[in-house]
Amino acid sequence: MTNHWVDIRNADVVLVMGGNPAEAHPCGFKWVMEAKVKNKARLVVVDPRFTRTAAVADLFAQIRPGTDIAFLGGVIRYLLENDRIQHEYVKSYTNASFLVRRDYGFEGGLFSGYDGEKRSYDRSSWAYELDPDGYARVDPTLEDPRCVFQLLKAHYARYTPEVVSSLTGVPKETFLKICEVISSTAAPGRAMTSLYALGWTQHSVGSQNIRAIAVIQLLLGNIGIPGGGVNALRGHSNIQGLTDLGVMSHLLPGYLALPTEKEPDLKTYLAARTPKPLRPGQMNYWQNTPKFFVSLLKAWYGAAATKENDFAYDFLPKNDRPYDILAAFELMHQGKVNGYFCQGFNPLGSVPDKAKLTAALSKLKFLVVIDPLATDTSTFWKSRGELHEVDTGTIATEVFRLPSTCFAEEDGSLVNSGRWLQWHFKAADPPGEARGDPEIMAEIFLRVRALYEKEGGAFPDPILKLHWPYRIPHAPSPEELAREFNGTALVDLLDPKDPTKVLAREGEQLSGFGLLQADGSTASGCWIFAGSFTQAGNQMARRDAADPSGLGNTLGWAWSWPANRRILYNRASADPSGAPWDPRRRYVYWTGKRWDGADVPDIRPDAAPGENVFPFIMNPDGVGHLFALGGMVEGPFPEHYEPFETPLSQNPLSPRSLSNPAARIFPGDRERLGTARDFPFVATTYRLTEHFHFWTKHARIPAVLQPEAFVEIGEDLARLRQIRNGDLVLVRSKRGQIKVKALVTKRIRPLSVEGKEVHTVGLPFHWGFEGLTRPGYLTNSLTPFVGDANIQTPEFKAFLVDVRRA
Amino acid sequence: MKVSRRGFLKLTASGMGATSLAALGFSPARVLAEVRTFKLAETSETRNTCPYCSVGCGVILHGLGDRSKNARTEIIHVEGDPDHPVNRGTLCPKGASLLDFVHSPNRLRHPEYRGPGEKEWKRVEWDWALDRIARLLKDDRDRNFLARAGEVTVNRWTTVAFLAASASSNESGYITNKIIRAMGMTALDNQARV
Repeated sequence: MTNHWVDIRNADVVLVMGGNPAEAHPCGFKWVMEAKVKNKARLVVVDPRFTRTAAVADLFAQIRPGTDIAFLGGVIRYLLENDRIQHEYVKSYTNASFLVRRDYGFEGGLFSGYDGEKRSYDRSSWAYELDPDGYARVDPTLEDPRCVFQLLKAHYARYTPEVVSSLTGVPKETFLKICEVISSTAAPGRAMTSLYALGWTQHSVGSQNIRAIAVIQLLLGNIGIPGGGVNALRGHSNIQGLTDLGVMSHLLPGYLALPTEKEPDLKTYLAARTPKPLRPGQMNYWQNTPKFFVSLLKAWYGAAATKENDFAYDFLPKNDRPYDILAAFELMHQGKVNGYFCQGFNPLGSVPDKAKLTAALSKLKFLVVIDPLATDTSTFWKSRGELHEVDTGTIATEVFRLPSTCFAEEDGSLVNSGRWLQWHFKAADPPGEARGDPEIMAEIFLRVRALYEKEGGAFPDPILKLHWPYRIPHAPSPEELAREFNGTALVDLLDPKDPTKVLAREGEQLSGFGLLQADGSTASGCWIFAGSFTQAGNQMARRDAADPSGLGNTLGWAWSWPANRRILYNRASADPSGAPWDPRRRYVYWTGKRWDGADVPDIRPDAAPGENVFPFIMNPDGVGHLFALGGMVEGPFPEHYEPFETPLSQNPLSPRSLSNPAARIFPGDRERLGTARDFPFVATTYRLTEHFHFWTKHARIPAVLQPEAFVEIGEDLARLRQIRNGDLVLVRSKRGQIKVKALVTKRIRPLSVEGKEVHTVGLPFHWGFEGLTRPGYLTNSLTPFVGDANIQTPEFKAFLVDVRRA
Repeated sequence: MKVSRRGFLKLTASGMGATSLAALGFSPARVLAEVRTFKLAETSETRNTCPYCSVGCGVILHGLGDRSKNARTEIIHVEGDPDHPVNRGTLCPKGASLLDFVHSPNRLRHPEYRGPGEKEWKRVEWDWALDRIARLLKDDRDRNFLARAGEVTVNRWTTVAFLAASASSNESGYITNKIIRAMGMTALDNQARV
C-alpha cells in the first residue's frame, strides 16, 4: 500500500475493484465501514460476483473477468473529457507536461518497436524528448500534441462508454454513475482510496491493471494524501516482507536488482542501475543505489567484500534469463531441475496446471519440504484414486519432510500490507522435534560449508566466505538477523558538514538509510528496513497506539518502511507553495523552515518549495508517471487485451492483438489453451472467509465451517445446464477436470458482451486430498500456465471452463 | 447459572474440568462461574501477529505455564489484541480459530523421508536428513555449477531451486535469501510471485 489500513477511514470514496476485503481481509475492512459511517464515504465495488463487499456497497457493477483495463481506460477518458482532474496536481506533480519522443506511437493495438517473432518490444522510443543537458523537455500549458497529457487523451479516446459496456458487460448507466462518483474526488478536499488484491494481479495484464489505477489516482490528485493511495491488499501475513527482502528470482533485498550476465562487473552494474536525473534539482533517490548495493554486499560478505574485489560482486549469481516460478517449473518439467526446496508453500495447489506440476515434481531427484503441516505437495507421490492418480513405483524422487515451527513458536517480524514491520514473540515450544526455519536453513548451510571445507569442489568461495557472525552458528537469533538487515556502521561515520561530529560509532546500529555509504564503511542487509532496529532498540516492537492527528497515524506503533513513513509521497499533500491542498486536512506542509506534519515527511526536510523538489522522489524526474516510459514490457500506457483464454475471437480495441502481445507462454502451454467452442464459460478463482488457501483445512473449526469443495454458478447457467443446487457437476478445462458440488446463487448474473451472453463460474479452491476437510479435487487441475507479462503472476482470474452435471 | 449436582458431575466428566473449589465443597453453580475466571487468570499472555492475511492483526496467545526454566508452556486460548490500532481486538474466523492451527492433528512432528519408488514415509533423525540433504546439494552443485558463460563470470546454479514461505518471518526470509544466493541458486521465489 502507498497508505495503510487505518488510513482508509479518511476516504470519501472507496473503490474496491480486483479484491474482496470484506471476505478476505475482514478485520481490515472495518476501516472501510468506518469511512462509510464516520466520513459518509461512498463504497464503489466492481467485481465478477456480488460479494459480501458488494453487499455493503453504494454502487456495484458486475464485470467480466479480465476486462479491468477496458473499464479503467473508460474512467480515464471520462475524467479527461469532463475535465474532472486535479489541475495543479497534474501539472506540477505528474509527467503530464513532459514531451515524448517523436518516434513513439501506438496503432491498432501495438506500440512502436514491436517484434512479433520475439513477442517483445524495443522500448527505446517510449522515452522523453531530451534537451542538450539530458533533461526532459516540458510544456507547462499541456497543449503540445507530443506532451504526455495529449497523448493520454488520444490513447483513451477509443474507450467510450459504449465500448466499455460492450466489453465488460457493465451497463452504460452504471458505468457512468461510477465515473461520476470517482470524479468527485478530483476536488482537493476529497480523497478516493483504491483497494485491490489478486483480482487485479492474477491476469496476463495484471501489472497494467495497477498502472491504470495509478494513472487515475494521479489525475485525481489522490496520491500522498490521507484517504487516498493505490493500496494493494496483499495475501499472506509476510508476503510484503519477503517481497521487500527480495526473495524473488530477479531481486535482492530492498528492491535492488539481482545482476544479470549483461553486468559482468560492479561498475557496469551500478552504471546501468543508477538512474540519471531527468529533471533538474530532483531527489532521484535511486541515485543512491551504489550505497544500498555496497552496504548489502558488506552485510553478506563482511571482511571478504573489499574495494579491491569489487565488494565480492562476483560471488553473486548472474542471471541469463528469468527464473520465476513458472520458468522454474517449466525447466523442472523438461527434466532440467534436479532438486527443489518447498518451504511453507503448496505449489501442487498454487502454481497452475496440476497435471503439469505433478509431472514436473515426479522428475525431481529430490524434494525437501519444510512446513509445520502435511501439505498436498509433500505427498504428491502418493496415489489418491481419482483425486490424484500417480504411479508411485515409477516416481524416483527422494522426498524429505522437515517439521518447522509456526508463528506462535518463534520470535520475529512480519510486514503487513501497510508496510508496518511488527514484531511477535514466542509463546510456546513447537510439537515433537519441529525446528525454526532460520535454524533449519543454517544447519543445511553449515553442513554444505563443512563439505566444501573438507572436500573442495565447485567455486566454494561464496559459501566459505559468507559472513556468519552469529553467536550460535547453527541457530542465528531473530534479533541478530534483524540487527543485520537494519545495518551497522563499520567505522566511525562522521558528519560531512562537520567532521568533528560522529553520526554513528563503529559497531553501532544505523538510525536510517541516510547514513549508508558506497565505500564499504556501512553494512545493511535491506536498506529500506534501516531504522527498524537501531541503537534505541527494536522499533518493530513498539506499542504506542496514540493517534495525535486523529488521522490514524500511530507513529509509535511498530515501525514502517521507509523511515517510519505511514503515507508514501506525502509531500504531495501540499501544493507547490508548501501549503496544504485542503486546510481542513493538513497532512505534511512547509512551516517556513522545514517540512512537518502528521507523518515523517517524504522529502528532504529542508527542501524549500521554491527549490521545486517534487514529491515522487524515487523517480528520476520527481513526478508521478502517467506515461510509464520503458518501465513496463507491453506499453507505457495500459491497453486492454483479452485473457489468453477468452470468449471473444477478436479484440475490438486492439485488432492487431487479441491477448497481451508481450506476455510469455511456453510452447507446451500454448497447446494446452482451450477455446470458447469447447469451454464456453469464464472461470475465476476466489477465496472464502473461513479458509486461507490450503492451510486452514488442517484446522478443525475452519474445516467444520467450510468442509467441502464447491463451484459457484448463477441461476441462469444452472438452468441452461439443468443443474440444481447441490448437484455433483464436472468442471472441465483444457488442462483437466474436477468433480464438485454446485452452489447455485443469485450472485453471478450472465453478462451481455459484444452481443453474446457470457456466464462466469466462481471457483473457490481450498480443498484437496490432505487436511481435515472432505477429500476433494484440487481446483488447480483447471488453471492455465501463463502469467503477467512483467512479473509472471499466473492468470488464475480469467480462463475458460465447461460445467455439466456429473 | 443454576446447575444441579448431577448436572455438574456430568459437565465435569465431559471435560470442563474439576477444580479444587469443588473438592472443597462449594456449590456447583458458584464453582462453574469461578472456573471461567480461573482459566485465563493462570495463563501467561504473549503478543503475537496472526500469520494468515496481510492485515497483520494483533493476537494475544494465552499459555498455561509460568515460563520458568524447564516449564513447558501450552497455548490454550487465542484472542485479538485490543490495543492493536488496526484490528482493535477483533479477529476473523481464521484468526479466531488459530488455536486449531497450533494444535492441528496434521502438525508435522518428526523429520520424515520417502525413498525412490517407495509407498510410505519413514521417520528419520534430523542429523541423518540434514547430512543427506547437504550431500545431495553439494554433489549437484559440483556437477552443475556454471562459473563462466563465455567471457563473463556468472557463478550460477540453476538445477536446484527454492520456494520460500510468505508467512515466514523477515528474519527467516533474510537468512534464506543470504544462504541461497551464496550457494549460487537463481530460481528463488515465494508466494509474492503468484
